[in-house]
Amino acid sequence: MPNARLTAWLPYFVVGLLALFPMVESTFYTQLLTKVLIMAIFAMSLDLLVGYTGLVSFGHAAYFGLAGYALALMAPKYETVSLWWSLPAAVGVCALFALITGTLVLRTRGIYFIMVTLAFAQMLFFIFHDTKIGGGSDGIYIYAKPAMKVGGAVLVDLEKLQNFYWLVLALTTLVYLLLHRVLGSTFGRALLGIKVNEHRMRALGFPVFRYQLASFTLSGALAGVAGYLAATQYGFVNPEILSWHQSGAVLMMVILGGMGSLYGAVIGAFAFVLLQEVLSNQAWFGIAAKHWQLAMGIFIMLVALYLPQGLAGLLQQFGRKPVAEIADE
Amino acid sequence: MDFAFILIQLLNGLQYGLLLFLVASGLTLVFGIMGIINLAHGSFYMVGAYLAWSLSSMTGSLAAAILLAIPLTVILGMALERLLFRHLYQRDHLYQVLLTYGLILVFEELRSIIWGDDVHGVVVPALLNASIPLTDNLSYPVYRLAISGVCLLLAAGLYFLIQKTRLGMMIRAGASNRDMVQSLGIDIKLIYTLVFALGIALAAFAGMINAPLSSVFPNMGSQVLIICFVVVVIGGIGSVKGAMAASLMIGLAETFGQVLMPDFAGMIVYVLMAIVLVWRPEGLFGRA
Repeated sequence: MPNARLTAWLPYFVVGLLALFPMVESTFYTQLLTKVLIMAIFAMSLDLLVGYTGLVSFGHAAYFGLAGYALALMAPKYETVSLWWSLPAAVGVCALFALITGTLVLRTRGIYFIMVTLAFAQMLFFIFHDTKIGGGSDGIYIYAKPAMKVGGAVLVDLEKLQNFYWLVLALTTLVYLLLHRVLGSTFGRALLGIKVNEHRMRALGFPVFRYQLASFTLSGALAGVAGYLAATQYGFVNPEILSWHQSGAVLMMVILGGMGSLYGAVIGAFAFVLLQEVLSNQAWFGIAAKHWQLAMGIFIMLVALYLPQGLAGLLQQFGRKPVAEIADE
Repeated sequence: MDFAFILIQLLNGLQYGLLLFLVASGLTLVFGIMGIINLAHGSFYMVGAYLAWSLSSMTGSLAAAILLAIPLTVILGMALERLLFRHLYQRDHLYQVLLTYGLILVFEELRSIIWGDDVHGVVVPALLNASIPLTDNLSYPVYRLAISGVCLLLAAGLYFLIQKTRLGMMIRAGASNRDMVQSLGIDIKLIYTLVFALGIALAAFAGMINAPLSSVFPNMGSQVLIICFVVVVIGGIGSVKGAMAASLMIGLAETFGQVLMPDFAGMIVYVLMAIVLVWRPEGLFGRA
């Protein structure tokens, strides 16, 4: 990069701007940006798997949705539930489920891995869809947002849009920093090594399976953070939250942004959610907006064919030397 | 539970399993031979069912509709292979997943634009619209038996094609070493196109013949697709034999599951998959 100092300060600058956003903008855009940030957490969690560990999961919505259901089931019907224990509990449930499914799916590779992760996510989908545990296909309403109380006093009132936005922004920043830290550690380097050449890492004596399982579990837990926040924002959960369209969408965000870079996942989430909003905007596209998925589908296909490095790759291409062609397998 | 009741469930399970085989065999062939993961495979099942519905309401005959629809789906398959899938053979699976995910969205929306979002029934052909009485109040529909028969014939044909013909030899050779086959002067690209079109035609055909039983409805493809993934995982990628064994297994497990423990029927197939993954991660007939 030509200006290293500028680049180093850029993230702080961006977070600062985002923090100021709800002061100047309307309800609608604050809500939209909240959604974008939640998706950014979700996309970063998947990027840990796809971009850094080399495992393409097509069932990541399972962990996202599971956390949402965990919150809905823990919350008393019309009263608030404490965020202090419900968030860790929901994330813990996701981590546990990821640990269990991880030990099974990590026995497979490549195409198998994709199919098996999808199949397990569908299993969860059908459990919540067909049984009465989570209200069947209607789902469950979450009437009150979780409370952040200290002693008896309300610390932050999450019913206020801006407060919830700031909480989400804070958690997004935390997840970013956490992953940044993890990926910079020996553990993170080893994951990258496994991604490039699993057999060599095994020959070097690394416990490949355990590393992958740790990555898979962390990824599932962080997806749970996003799912918990999403359920809080929407105020309800239904099986759609863990449908495979959700898994496809988040994978799309990771690729669109450019996998293997955390800021890429964030950019991807921004771009994807905004594109979705624009394409389904009836004021602009009228009757065509009803069929916005058609345009989205074509867009996704074009990205898969012509933009394998995503937007981050595109930026680098303009900024620096051309990105190396993706290696032909 | 008497004998006739069990017989009916058995026949239903076999019929469902055989139908799954039609869809899953194409999926496993395309995986095994071209190394392509095709999430949109279920969409072709849906396209087949919708074609059967719209053409049979136009012509008044399901048989005519199927005869008209098969060439259409073959052409569709060949065109998609030429235009899209060909560019992804050498790429990471990730991009295949994305491309075919995009394709599902496109197919679903086109379906919504062309045929609408309603559920439609398809009439069973008059010739096969009868049932065989088993006891005083239980009987079995002839149409289901006919489906099973057709599926068995197709399975036998597929076996013959792959194991006994020259084309089948080329297909098998192409699966194990693409470059070698090409340097022996065989047009591997053409073989890929043919295999892809065959897989798609099989899936679409399954949708057509099953339309009178399942009726046609939005998103019908994704349901079938996921079950077929499980079939391929259990059977082993690229193994047609494995696809047959796994299809029958799942067909029977799900049918009897629905009768014996209806609350958990949806889970049974996944439990089966988990067991197979622990026991033989490469599938029952897969190459390790």
